[in-house]
Amino acid sequence: MTDNGALLEVRNLVKHFHVGGGLFGGAPGVVRAVDGVSFAIRRGETLGLVGESGCGKTTTGRCILQLERPTSGEIVFDGQNLTKLDDAGLRRVRRRMQVIFQDPYSSLNPRMTIGQILAEPLVVHGLVPDRAAREARVGELLRHVGLLPQHAHRYPHELSGGQRQRVGIARALAMEPALIVCDEPVSALDVSIQAQIVNLLEDLQRQFGLTYLFVAHDLSVVRHISDRVAVMYLGKIVEIAGRQALYEDPLHPYTRALLSAVPIPDPDVEARRVHVVLGGEVPSPLNPPAGCVFHPRCPIAVDRCRSEVPVLREVKPGHWAACLLA
Amino acid sequence: MATLLEVRSLTTEFVTRGGVVRAVDGVSWDVAEGETVALVGESGCGKSVSALSVMRLVAAPAGRIVSGQVFFKGRDLLALSEEEMRRVRGREIAMVFQEPMTSLNPVLTIGRQLTEGLEIHLGMTRGGARQRAVEVLATVGIPDAARRLSQYPHQFSGGMRQRIMIAAALACNPALILADEPTTALDVTIQAQILELMRDLSRRFGVAMLIITHNLGVVARYADRVNVMYAGRIVERGSARDLYRRPRHPYTLGLLRSVPRLDEPRRARLQPIEGQPPDLTRLGPGCAFAPRCTFRVERCRVERPVLAPADGEGHVTACWEAARVAGAPALA
Repeated sequence: MTDNGALLEVRNLVKHFHVGGGLFGGAPGVVRAVDGVSFAIRRGETLGLVGESGCGKTTTGRCILQLERPTSGEIVFDGQNLTKLDDAGLRRVRRRMQVIFQDPYSSLNPRMTIGQILAEPLVVHGLVPDRAAREARVGELLRHVGLLPQHAHRYPHELSGGQRQRVGIARALAMEPALIVCDEPVSALDVSIQAQIVNLLEDLQRQFGLTYLFVAHDLSVVRHISDRVAVMYLGKIVEIAGRQALYEDPLHPYTRALLSAVPIPDPDVEARRVHVVLGGEVPSPLNPPAGCVFHPRCPIAVDRCRSEVPVLREVKPGHWAACLLA
Repeated sequence: MATLLEVRSLTTEFVTRGGVVRAVDGVSWDVAEGETVALVGESGCGKSVSALSVMRLVAAPAGRIVSGQVFFKGRDLLALSEEEMRRVRGREIAMVFQEPMTSLNPVLTIGRQLTEGLEIHLGMTRGGARQRAVEVLATVGIPDAARRLSQYPHQFSGGMRQRIMIAAALACNPALILADEPTTALDVTIQAQILELMRDLSRRFGVAMLIITHNLGVVARYADRVNVMYAGRIVERGSARDLYRRPRHPYTLGLLRSVPRLDEPRRARLQPIEGQPPDLTRLGPGCAFAPRCTFRVERCRVERPVLAPADGEGHVTACWEAARVAGAPALA
């Protein structure tokens, strides 16, 4: 899946965590949080990364940001292989990759005003050394995210959840990034506010030519914002395709089950729908099943799914799925 | 169906540093026997406090039920002694919370947590209670129930813990279960399992259900009737079908417009409700939604609308401009 227009390329990313065997015992083991993931994101594109808790989507994002050191694999950002950079080189690149977290409240220092929160990275990175210019820049950032200049004097607790998420976005923008990893950026917000933030993210993307990795579990929001979507299950990508192909013609049985599980806000539609309710739960990544990791829950699994590991292959142009039966 | 629970003019207040907050402001609603009713709204709208008030579990001294009645099987729960109320909780009305890990005791086995209520409420023997516990665990789909009784909450997954909470709620055969965001902390495939389970159980055992949620999809799939709350009041009520097909309050309409739907073509742009939810310590005399409302007229700022009939049986809305809302398209 090499793409020359790619801003970010993830190749065979693996992240294992070692658990147990310590003071409090427990059998030592390896959690295969991310187990051989590859994808690329083009400049200006939004790639949605969906899956249930523990599927490795957040760890993938953290590896890209180099907040976790990958066990193996490569992350190429804007032509530079991050896994081979030294600390100084990494610091320079990191500025151009920012992150927006789910809970803006826990990611904003409660003792700092919004103005201080936004000015700090400008000082640290020496982007705007002049104080007056910095204040002007803070005002400009606030405007970009739909807040007022007077919000600079407020503290995080004085703002609503939606306003705090706007501050989180402004802080990411302050670094003039090329890529923003949005990790569940709207899932903690009220329904009416979610749409405000999604619209804001889309506006900013157009205005500043941003590239997004949009990590989320809400499939409706992901469809709205993404150009392409990757579905993860137990540390692996099981399907990746353009938005329309993935939602209208899902090839992997897990993707189909996920889509079927999303309730539609319309009683008439719901009354007519046939639901595929998946039995069982996601197995432990400490001890993933042999063969296809999805086979114990798969409604269409056959014998060879128990022994044969499906590879992610291009079933239709641009539409990849890891299913022996696709 | 006969009315099982009837909440009348319930008002619950909290004393905060910013002033007195009327979290629930003169709210009336009811649940019939065997019915599933939803309380929908965003954080801080008063939906959880409504349920806690029914159970008389509002944390004193900050929180206080100021006025109103809660009739359950004809008795006013707010007039009961604490002793009498304890016999209602868990026995006749059970509650399921969002985060099972915080409502299960981490140092007690699942078995003990299930049998305790049975021994106290129903006077069962240890052996009898144990048998019943195995039975309800099996009912909610926990395999190998007898062996798992001796395990602790942390040995179960989130979905399994929520099943245990539902088992605990069901154990004493209650007439009503109050479920406060029962699936919000769960993944979507597990959410589907739990909701199907709850619906199945409610049909099988005739338990009435109050589902508190912010998820309009969950409501559409499971509720018979819906109450929409905003800033401590019910702003619209009706059958799920009427409410989704013919919303008559601008807030309901705004909520339905703001969510992207998987069954419809992708829209170029989402339609949020602009502005922020109100500060409950600073509510004016008019409609609390007016500052965010696109149908607002002068009267909305000065006079608070009351619930009035809209089209549809039992369909009511609290909006001066309901007739104009009726003429608005589903998507602007």
